[in-house]
Amino acid sequence: MTIQEETTALAPAKLAIDRVSKSFTTGRGTLQALEQVSLKVAEGEFVCLLGPSGCGKSTLLNLVAGLEMPDTGSVTADGRAVRHPGRERMMMFQESALFPWLDTIGNVMFALKLKPGLKRAERHEAARYYLKLVGLEKFMHSNIHELSGGMKQRVALARALAPNPRVLLMDEPFAALDAMTREQLYGDLQRIWEQRHVTILFVTHNVREAVSLGDRVVLFSPHPGRICEEFKINLPRPRDINSVDVAGYATRITKALKGMLQAEGATP
Amino acid sequence: MKRYLTIFCFFALLITAWQWAYAQKFWSPVLVPSPESVGRYLWEAALDGSLAEATLVTLKRLLAGYFIGICVGLPVGLLTARFRFLQDTLGLLALGLQGLPSVCWVPLALLWFGQTEAAMLFVVVMGTVWSVVLATETGVRNVNPLYVRAARTMGSRWLHIWLYVIMPASLPFIVSGMKQGWAFAWRSLMAAEIFVTILTGFGLGHLLHYGRELHAMEQVIGIMFVLVLLGLLADKLLFSPWEKWLHHRWGTNKA
Repeated sequence: MTIQEETTALAPAKLAIDRVSKSFTTGRGTLQALEQVSLKVAEGEFVCLLGPSGCGKSTLLNLVAGLEMPDTGSVTADGRAVRHPGRERMMMFQESALFPWLDTIGNVMFALKLKPGLKRAERHEAARYYLKLVGLEKFMHSNIHELSGGMKQRVALARALAPNPRVLLMDEPFAALDAMTREQLYGDLQRIWEQRHVTILFVTHNVREAVSLGDRVVLFSPHPGRICEEFKINLPRPRDINSVDVAGYATRITKALKGMLQAEGATP
Repeated sequence: MKRYLTIFCFFALLITAWQWAYAQKFWSPVLVPSPESVGRYLWEAALDGSLAEATLVTLKRLLAGYFIGICVGLPVGLLTARFRFLQDTLGLLALGLQGLPSVCWVPLALLWFGQTEAAMLFVVVMGTVWSVVLATETGVRNVNPLYVRAARTMGSRWLHIWLYVIMPASLPFIVSGMKQGWAFAWRSLMAAEIFVTILTGFGLGHLLHYGRELHAMEQVIGIMFVLVLLGLLADKLLFSPWEKWLHHRWGTNKA
């Protein structure tokens, strides 16, 4: 494998989630996190999963990642059942989950080291390529604690992109950042997505964030987690989170969200 | 530079005060010898080689026991952290025995092994191993589960996760456990050497003991001085570099 191939985007994968249910047993009984959830995601599509906490959207992400298995139903990526985690489906978390014992480039190289057939120099070069993509090449030998929150998430993005995945799973990756940093990262993410064109599943509870990033916004309702509505976002990119068009969609979705929560409140 | 000056001044002052107290003859010179006589003892012991030999014997015992203790303690700690059954059995045993002052192993070691090197080694190993077990276990339990999840999505599996995620993530705990293990090993070895006379080697503890028997206070104080120095040296050489690296990398303790 050459460095060229390593940094050239592969074809994005399509995902199919078919009648998936998942429950967890806690001290207080059984919690139905997902019930009969079906969702199809096209190749290279950017789908945002939106909903209040406890609606199972993170659980769905874990299932697609292969970190957990569904009780019933199936998850397939490109027609193949997901049975365990794999480098073609990379995940980003709300906390950066970067390893403090490695420096920045060491973190980006972690997954590359697990990829067979790559020489040390090639790994290094690929890692630099991705750090450059997120604009942090200058910080490759920095310690993790020296980076700001936004920089950490950029490194986490570089780390997730480094094994050249075909699906990117993002679990509220910007939720812990301040508004300014977040807006910068929206821009970066859209730019990188256009460039790499991976399939993205993006979990959030921020309506405007979902509208300004997604091709499609999937609304989840809680107890048990179900998909209750979908919105197609027909807006040109790059989108500005403060634009009127985004606000228009956001108002509609917020209304649907409120309606859903009221109905939920009426029948606890 | 200023820090070194402070350190120098402090110890110079300490010795001056000692010299002054000696000169005032508050106490019998048998009980409080002059700094000079202690210095002379150390000089002579260094010249005739007895000091170097005793230091070598002691350090050899210490390092051998400490090394064995870590080799046993580290994997046992990993296992007790991984398996609930082992945590409830071996882990509890480790917790109990770690609380036992390591001197308490000396009588048992004497009865089991007699006045031999094996007894010495046993005492040092017992001093080291439980601290290392407990620190490793705590370290592993404190690893952020998110690290493991992130590593799994990147294709890391069993052994790879243990070696490249869980072990390095628990390193701060493991290093402090190793440091504590060293302190316990050191204490228990001194206790053993003071209590037990064996013919295969005269350690620093023995010199201390015979200093007392001969009423040679300058020897007692001189050896204590060497022990303190060795302790400091071990800290600076063995642990300081690790701790500095950890602080630097993890961003703990900016000092």
